[in-house]
Amino acid sequence: MEKDFSQLDTIIQAYQSKPGILIPLLQEVQNLLGYLSRDALRYIAEKMQIPVADIYGVATFYSMFKLKPQGKHIVRVCMGTACHVSDADEIKDALRKALQLQGDEDTTEDMQFTLVEVACLGCCSLAPVIMIDDVTFGKVAMEAIPKILQRFAAGEES
Amino acid sequence: MSKITVKVGLASCGVAAGAMEVYEHLKQQLQAGADYQLMRTACIGMCFEEPIVELSGGKLGRISLGKVEPQSILEHIEAYRQGKVPQANVILTDIDKGSRDSLLQEQTRIVLRNCGVIDPCSIADYEAHGGYAALKKALSLRPQEVIEQIKASGLRGRGGAGFPTGLKWSFTAQARGAKKYIICNADEGDPGAFMDRSTLEGDPHNVIEGMIIGAYAMGADEGYIYCRAEYPMAVKHLKLAIADAQRNGYLGRKILGTNFFFTLHVKEGAGAFVCGEETALMQSIEGKRGMPVIRPPFPAESGLWGCPTNINNVETWANITWIINHGAEEFKKIGTEKSAGTKVFALAGKIAGSGLIEVPMGITLRDIIYKVGGGMKSDKPFKAVQMGGPSGGCIPAELLDTTVDYDSINATGAIMGSGGMVVMDSSTCMVDVARFFLNFTQSESCGKCTFCRIGTRRMLEILTRITEGEGTIEDIEKLQDLAANITKGSLCGLGQTAPNPVLTTLRYFEDEYLAHIQDKRCPAGVCSALIRYEILPDKCIGCTACAKVCPPQCITGKVKEIHIINQDLCIHCGACYSACKFNAITKG
Repeated sequence: MEKDFSQLDTIIQAYQSKPGILIPLLQEVQNLLGYLSRDALRYIAEKMQIPVADIYGVATFYSMFKLKPQGKHIVRVCMGTACHVSDADEIKDALRKALQLQGDEDTTEDMQFTLVEVACLGCCSLAPVIMIDDVTFGKVAMEAIPKILQRFAAGEES
Repeated sequence: MSKITVKVGLASCGVAAGAMEVYEHLKQQLQAGADYQLMRTACIGMCFEEPIVELSGGKLGRISLGKVEPQSILEHIEAYRQGKVPQANVILTDIDKGSRDSLLQEQTRIVLRNCGVIDPCSIADYEAHGGYAALKKALSLRPQEVIEQIKASGLRGRGGAGFPTGLKWSFTAQARGAKKYIICNADEGDPGAFMDRSTLEGDPHNVIEGMIIGAYAMGADEGYIYCRAEYPMAVKHLKLAIADAQRNGYLGRKILGTNFFFTLHVKEGAGAFVCGEETALMQSIEGKRGMPVIRPPFPAESGLWGCPTNINNVETWANITWIINHGAEEFKKIGTEKSAGTKVFALAGKIAGSGLIEVPMGITLRDIIYKVGGGMKSDKPFKAVQMGGPSGGCIPAELLDTTVDYDSINATGAIMGSGGMVVMDSSTCMVDVARFFLNFTQSESCGKCTFCRIGTRRMLEILTRITEGEGTIEDIEKLQDLAANITKGSLCGLGQTAPNPVLTTLRYFEDEYLAHIQDKRCPAGVCSALIRYEILPDKCIGCTACAKVCPPQCITGKVKEIHIINQDLCIHCGACYSACKFNAITKG
């Protein structure tokens, strides 16, 4: 199905014929659409006159770019060194359990949450750390996880 | 009565600990104007005491309170106003009564001198603390004289490798080309490191001023700060600082009335560790996949878009203003002969005083951990300190008297790195730590070089096997062999240093590898497949709690009788261990 991507035109126009724009361009498109669909990448390639392979290559190289639809809230669990030695694995398991994620799923069925492992959030002295959207939680206790998630699901935090 | 200044630390870690609630509460409750002035600042470095509020302007001078709660802060401020030491967690004071005064006394603050002191979002505050004086001074010198100053200071690159900064600047200055770039590498990707985040959040103008001076010295007219997107506050503060600097005539055309012009951009990374490597970083700024390219040509000759380019790390740039202000000679007086100045470290892990510190080069690791860092967090003994992140290594207890300078740290097999220092105690398994870092480099390898791409994966498989109790004695030799080849066969620093965590743990903790391989035992009790749970007959009262939670139902025993775990069926989940209220189950 051909989708209408004309809403991307203003972004594309702003970046047209400037050097080194592909990454910020994709960042803006992703902010607007939530993720980078195959069709969106094709549309950008055509408008920008860049081979779609080049765009795909960049989109798959950087972990920030998502090629699948993402949940409303992004839950980042820090897997950095300080968190690792503070049992980040157990926190991750507790999050997966609370979100009822099976196998290699990373997004809940109701599209409320996507769980992402990140290398380091840079708050090592507060390990273990998780970040939901823009809110950072330090010294996370496993028991507190369901409650924290509930606050976001209920829309108390946005 | 003079005004009381109330400063709240609002860096990322402070906010995560609840500092914003404290700030908002004070904003509502404090009658601004006559008596109080409420200010925001960034990180003083004592993350373990966050949220932190500093009071000044009263009879007692400066007093900082730690672990502040919104409910009681007003009461403490009132006590302070009356000239009394608040009945609270007083951590830092001018009168030497704070519990943490001694931690700060061991430090020498050059890079962090303004962090946690000034409001990072106010250019006026930066100027009031001597900001942009170094730029004025530098512009009165010839570019070559500025470079000579930096050379004479002995400053070496703080990104990890320690290349002399002045020499690097002279290469770019001498390179032919009408257009030159300078770059600040703020793609701090090492897990366990947050020096650059705190520096940029706490004092963005100091880095920007250092870059303007560098641009003048090297003849560059455009610059980039390449910052991780995971650091939203750093990006926000940088963008604000650049706009303010432009407004005050420090950036743009005719800087401070001279003919020198320079523009500066912030470029957000998109999440790829390898982009911390300079050639990969430049590929990324150009909008491509961030894969390293062969050197030579070096960036100084042909870098960003083929133009001569200088690239330095955040901390390196943050040293420049101090050197220009105080002179190369003063800088050389700090530190050691071959490693001048200070180094910022991010202390984390099993240490009491986790946070950000800045110490003179030449200090011993022991002093950092036991004096500046306040010792271990619990009574478990120190085992190792990991330096340099995934490119570095673990330094054991017997080498704690090693001094912190580039050459001494390299001799241990670790590297100075960008400044991550993760302290480990007896509850940390060194094979697991090696596997952790290999897992990281393996997934962050860009895939260009075969040895890095496939070799790290093979090493990871071997390490995983060992932690699962399936390792053989030949595995150790295989690891060493692969390590040597990956080091030789990789183009960039990521691959060349990826084996370091394995090599250093093998060197200092071989017995732990052997315990995993030969005795099928994890001495630290971390590797779950090797943990053996046993019920102590003299402590078991037969309450059946353990049998009820056992997923494979392999615990047998009747009520009020001693229970037994069937080791053949045990899945090592630890559920029984957590369920037992009588300490009757051992883990080991």
